[in-house]
Amino acid sequence: MPDELVPSDDSSSLDASRPAGRDEPVVSTLAADVSEEKSSEANISKDLLDLEKEVKKVFGKELIESEINYGDLVIRVTRDGYARAALICKDTLGLDYLSFIAGIDWMPMPLEAEEGSGDTSQPAQPREMTFGVGGSAGRFQVFAHVQSTSKHVGLTIKVDVDENEMAVSSWTDVYAGADWHERECWEMYGIDFVGHPEIRKLYLPGDFEGNPLRKDFPLLARVIKPWPGLVDVEPMPGDNEESQDDE
Amino acid sequence: MSSLVLAVDIGWGATTAIKTAVVLAMIPAGALILGYVFLLKTMSHMQSRLGPMDSGGFHGWFQLLGDGMKFLQKEDIMPEDADKQVFAMAPIVVLMSTFLVYVVIPVGPELYVRNLDVGIFYVLAVSSLSVIGVLMAGWASSSKFALLGALRAAAQLIAYELPLLLAVVGVVMQAGTASMNGIVQAQVDGEIFGFSGIGLPFILTQFVGFSLFMIASQAELTQPPFDMPVAESELVGGHMVEYTGFRFLFFFMGEFGTAFAFAAISATLFLGGWTLPGLDMNAEYMKIAGPIILFTKVMLISFLMFWARFTYPRFREDQLQKLAWKFLIPLSVVNILVTAAFQVWV
Amino acid sequence: MSDSPAIDIDPQTLNLLADSQLNLELDNGDMILNMGPQHPATHGTLRLVVRLDGERVLSADPIIGYMHRGYEKLTEYRTYPQITTLINRIDWLSSFANEVPFIHGAEKLLGVKAPDRAEYIRTILTELSRIATFLLFLGEMGLQVGAITPAFYGFRDREHVLNLIESATGGRFHPNFNRIGGLYKDLPWGWTGECKRVLDICAKSCDDFDRLVAGNEIFEQRTRGIGIITPEVGLSYGVSGSNIRASGVDWDLRRDGEPYLAYKDVDFKVWTHPDGDSFSRYWVRLQETRESINIVRQLLNKLPSGPNMAKVPKIIKVPEGEVWVETENPLGQMGYYIVSKGSTGPFRTKIRTASFSNVSICPWLLQGIYVPDVVTVLASLYFILGDIDR
Repeated sequence: MPDELVPSDDSSSLDASRPAGRDEPVVSTLAADVSEEKSSEANISKDLLDLEKEVKKVFGKELIESEINYGDLVIRVTRDGYARAALICKDTLGLDYLSFIAGIDWMPMPLEAEEGSGDTSQPAQPREMTFGVGGSAGRFQVFAHVQSTSKHVGLTIKVDVDENEMAVSSWTDVYAGADWHERECWEMYGIDFVGHPEIRKLYLPGDFEGNPLRKDFPLLARVIKPWPGLVDVEPMPGDNEESQDDE
Repeated sequence: MSSLVLAVDIGWGATTAIKTAVVLAMIPAGALILGYVFLLKTMSHMQSRLGPMDSGGFHGWFQLLGDGMKFLQKEDIMPEDADKQVFAMAPIVVLMSTFLVYVVIPVGPELYVRNLDVGIFYVLAVSSLSVIGVLMAGWASSSKFALLGALRAAAQLIAYELPLLLAVVGVVMQAGTASMNGIVQAQVDGEIFGFSGIGLPFILTQFVGFSLFMIASQAELTQPPFDMPVAESELVGGHMVEYTGFRFLFFFMGEFGTAFAFAAISATLFLGGWTLPGLDMNAEYMKIAGPIILFTKVMLISFLMFWARFTYPRFREDQLQKLAWKFLIPLSVVNILVTAAFQVWV
Repeated sequence: MSDSPAIDIDPQTLNLLADSQLNLELDNGDMILNMGPQHPATHGTLRLVVRLDGERVLSADPIIGYMHRGYEKLTEYRTYPQITTLINRIDWLSSFANEVPFIHGAEKLLGVKAPDRAEYIRTILTELSRIATFLLFLGEMGLQVGAITPAFYGFRDREHVLNLIESATGGRFHPNFNRIGGLYKDLPWGWTGECKRVLDICAKSCDDFDRLVAGNEIFEQRTRGIGIITPEVGLSYGVSGSNIRASGVDWDLRRDGEPYLAYKDVDFKVWTHPDGDSFSRYWVRLQETRESINIVRQLLNKLPSGPNMAKVPKIIKVPEGEVWVETENPLGQMGYYIVSKGSTGPFRTKIRTASFSNVSICPWLLQGIYVPDVVTVLASLYFILGDIDR
């Protein structure tokens, strides 16, 4: 079929089919471009700036941090602020849609592969505890994303969870859909949601112990059988004909 | 009946034995024919199915045998909490009702097991016996799905028994007899406004009755769009959910055997049964031609039944009841009144 | 039965009751029916414990997690390119559409932009997976209300689309075709012509479904006014995609979200329906299938030439940062919140799936309807188990 899809000159089509980046040197990051894109005013809609202004107004002192991050407003509020946030978002800010509520554990993963050992069972993460956009006061955070279906803006709300108390307020009164998200977060991180009608296991069996998404909860599959890593233990078919014959 | 075909005079005992054997053979035969022609082949064409068209080479002829062999090989599972005897008896009760229906269907001159004077009402009476088997199966399975299905089936069969019966009344009034053979005779002897060339197939005068009969028998057979009791997408087969292997095959044969029987009854009541206009009813060749003619008509009617089966979604239980009580039964009563008026004044 | 004392049983006890042989059912006349985890209506391993009064549902509690694979945990142990194979298996009917938001997130953090041609091909394949998914739905919904034939038509015509996806990507269900910065390969020769032919088949198939299913009186009786989701309740439960558009909410991330893929270059209509019942969900998906066919046709006609990969490093280390990406997937809003700490793999990935929220409305939605309608409503919500359990 001659009439289709062929880019006008052959050389470019050949070029296109070549796996890209094969000869490129390893570049660690492209951070310079990112910060440019991230903060360039052109990418931020007026609605989002308005939202940020309004958020600053309604939360007042309860707002700890606020930042526009890739077309999405990320704020960090105090615990009291989080308790009020659902109602504020829905009624005052008009963010009628709850995308998700989730937890995060900022602790670095304890079981780390040694550099250069060939063990790629997990990507090497930094050893010290660092926090993402908006910062954090401790190890655990809960973050939720709400958005408006009419104004098309989104807001991510983060709240720090006190490690001694491990509880934040529930949003189920305002967003009915928070129910399952909070149950999931509760079983995965052990973060309690005060005011949730009945917090019980969602995914895990009733007698499961532990909070699987915490960083200190090992991935059991990897404990039982270590990841073969770069060295594939089984020979590829046709790779080692003799060794197969021996068996 | 065989005695006459063979022109050999054999005793009463032997005749009865042969008749029983033939009727017994009719159930699997009818079920197999419908299963093969419609369930596998027609359906495969209508639904663009590839599976049933594959095995055995030509047109997938082996598929039905394969399915049958699969059923026979299945383990016979009985739920632990099941009421064992009732559970085992239920498929036989269902099959028994099918068996009894075949007794009065005439397939040619003198070719019938019994010519009862109340033939058609006997048919309707014994065909509703199957609901007892269904209830037994549903209750004995100790499964909630089966129970729900059985209760639905009971409610549905009772609701559709009435329009079925009332639809037949019109035919009986016109024929002046309830005997199956009498009805065939009446259609041959009948005439349309003095023109007797094609007799009087009752489908012409009783078209409403025919439609009602077809709808109601579809419901009696729990075929779509009236298959709420077996609803495989929610009740996973209703009363049959716990049955496996051979016992399930009994239900399956009962369903298709009854479908065959109802098609035959419908052909007898409305299409003139085993005769065709222009043929001599009492000729010797009708002993061979009669069954063939009836079989052709049965296939025609079965095609209608299965066409509906493959096309429509199913009614919900309450909609199904509404259809029966609020539409079909009043309509059939009106049909009786109109028929009566014609019989008296025209 | 109806005037038996209504004992309020909390869901947890209800689940225990469904498992055990307690006689509480006999005491108050209610029946506890355990639908699933293996049940044809729950297409997969969703378990639904319903309390019945006769055929009426008093309460329903969906129990999920029979297929929980812990993808959020697994992503922490894998590098970015490895993760696309995992997320392929979230919503396995439209795997390609799953890959897109994740890859977009990684590209955003990395500051890479895929070439135009790659974006166009991604859009085409995404829309093709949407067509494949919806064709299956259009048939499946018929099956759930009792008509077997549409299901086979759905499977038959989806096969063409799957073949098309396979010929482009090498995988029928799990293409794993996206790379950070573009696509693994360009389209094969003759693909666009074949694609146009398949689109014609799909368009015809839509007309068939319109007549055979949507135009059927019994189907309308079974679905109209059943399982009505009001816009307010739907939004507060996080119901998205076609389900919420069927409730009259005019919201489609392809048009309203942050611009992604090539949707800004095509002209398409977002269909809504004011009723919010099962029928409108069917109808909206039917129209959206036609709209997707329209989108692919437009894109095929203006497919730009050029490379299919941007220049990216061989070992991808994504700089520190966080990003939220959301896309309009066949089942609804799919989003990834990716937290990176400058490593080859993400530090935390929150996977927001559409079915999870769509099904969470079930306890509210199923109350007070009949058992047969449970099946209708579940089918019309259209969920994929992998998309709920992740």
